Amino acid sequence: MARKEYAFYPGCSSQKGASASNYLVSVESMCKTLDIKMTEIPDWNCCGASVSYAESGELPRHVMNARNFALAESNLPGQDIVATCAACWLGARESKERLEHSDRLMADTQTALKEAGLQIKVIPEVRHMVEVLIEDLGYDELKKPVKKPLAGMKFAGYVGCQTNRPFGIAGESFENPMYLDKLIETVGGEAVKYDQKVTCCGGALAFSEPEKAQAQIKDIIEAAYDGGAEMIVTPCPLCQANVEVYQGQINKKYGTKFDIPVLYYSQLMTLAYGGSAKEAGLNGNVVRARKLEEFAGK
Amino acid sequence: MSDLNQQMAERYKNNFLKEIEEQAEMGEWVKMCMQCGLCSGSCPTNFHSGWDHPPQEIFMLIRAGKREEVLNAQGMYMCTSCYNCYVRCPRKVPVTHVMHGIAEYAYRIGRAPKNQPTMHLSRTFWNNATKYGRVNEVKLTQSLYFKDGLGAGIKKAMEMQTVALGLVKAGRLNPLEAIGGGHKCKDLKGIHAMLAKANELEAQRKAAKG
Ligand code: SF4
Ligand code: SF4
Ligand code: SF4
Ligand code: SF4
Repeated sequence: MARKEYAFYPGCSSQKGASASNYLVSVESMCKTLDIKMTEIPDWNCCGASVSYAESGELPRHVMNARNFALAESNLPGQDIVATCAACWLGARESKERLEHSDRLMADTQTALKEAGLQIKVIPEVRHMVEVLIEDLGYDELKKPVKKPLAGMKFAGYVGCQTNRPFGIAGESFENPMYLDKLIETVGGEAVKYDQKVTCCGGALAFSEPEKAQAQIKDIIEAAYDGGAEMIVTPCPLCQANVEVYQGQINKKYGTKFDIPVLYYSQLMTLAYGGSAKEAGLNGNVVRARKLEEFAGK
Repeated sequence: MSDLNQQMAERYKNNFLKEIEEQAEMGEWVKMCMQCGLCSGSCPTNFHSGWDHPPQEIFMLIRAGKREEVLNAQGMYMCTSCYNCYVRCPRKVPVTHVMHGIAEYAYRIGRAPKNQPTMHLSRTFWNNATKYGRVNEVKLTQSLYFKDGLGAGIKKAMEMQTVALGLVKAGRLNPLEAIGGGHKCKDLKGIHAMLAKANELEAQRKAAKG
């Protein structure tokens, strides 16, 4: 038996062939080394994400999350739900809170769930992968399997919004959370200081209002460069995509020369644990992390 | 004016605060605002064009009964759900959710601006996600680009082409999703029945108020 077992909620973006599929690959490698067993919640569905607020209304949004709770509870009893995407985590956790605080919402939710042959007894805990790493294992345990420290490499830990607010990681401040920096240091890298660590990248507005979001993204990348970073590291698939894939467009618009790789913490950990470039999902990065590719090949 | 808008205006006569409290999700929080302005100062979209009324002003206008100003405002559609305001508000107003609640209400009574891009995204996203239970990223992108018609869609798609190609090459965008491959839940029938019930209950509950 693995040392820890969880009900895994990958979310839409982390499926095979989707925009964060390389996140999934690296999480799987990382968990293998750490002896963490993640079992996908059978037939899980999308949480709806924050931006669907207008069309979803209140109850339907909570019902979508409740379906995942019911499926996790009946198929993987006693296991916490673990999300890798900040937005999935937030959406599910918010629904859990609302349902637990409102008998009326809970009763309506049960009525709706019955239509799908489901029911909730106790809603499982809903946690982010990073919480599991820090709280259930701890930095010391995360450090033990490090075979190849990422010595001499400088990273800007970009925490962004939804892994940080409104729930955040226990014990961390909203204005200057340190956990991502600590994770970087745990695997031997250097976490640079810069002033846009928790700035919003524009979130879903990157799709609907690209100029506005790109202006925000530009500030974040500029600050990372100014801080001396060679790469950016994130805990969230949307942050990752937003900060990575528009660099070309921003360069065109603003005359900048951005070309900075944007990675997941799980990719760094996989590499430091001795994993290959493939196991770390480096082939999934649009701005290629050449330095890390070389490092993995050594 | 749309029918529902008219009905609501009449039902609540001159009490717009009550209208928001009863009809908008989290609307009951508006009266807790003490107008300190911290939310507006924290908002990342603060400096962009189109941001006519930040949260603090929206709440003030609601309390002043300025129904038209609020329903015509653009500010609530600029929200990125960054939760800065939410964690900083000294009165613990869940500002993010109140903003979404007001936007949802304006949309429900037919008052959201036509072609508001983020409202369009909101609608498209939810419909996309609930149709198959999971988001189909290719179809989502397509319907976003082509919302203004074929010509505009092709132009936008061309501008985004390098972005999309980069993702395809990196194995992070699957063109097969466009033709029906892609991600789906198995129990779609159950999901759709469950959502139909949820919509029905929600409509009943909102109609019963006031
Ligand atoms: S937040 Fe995004 S990735 Fe997560 S389930 Fe919802 S839509 Fe899918
Ligand atoms: S930084 Fe951007 S993508 Fe990440 S959680 Fe915030 S809004 Fe979402
Ligand atoms: S921060 Fe809170 S109290 Fe202050 S203006 Fe905003 S909503 Fe009102
Ligand atoms: S959550 Fe929305 S309203 Fe609040 S600060 Fe962020 S963008 Fe502004």
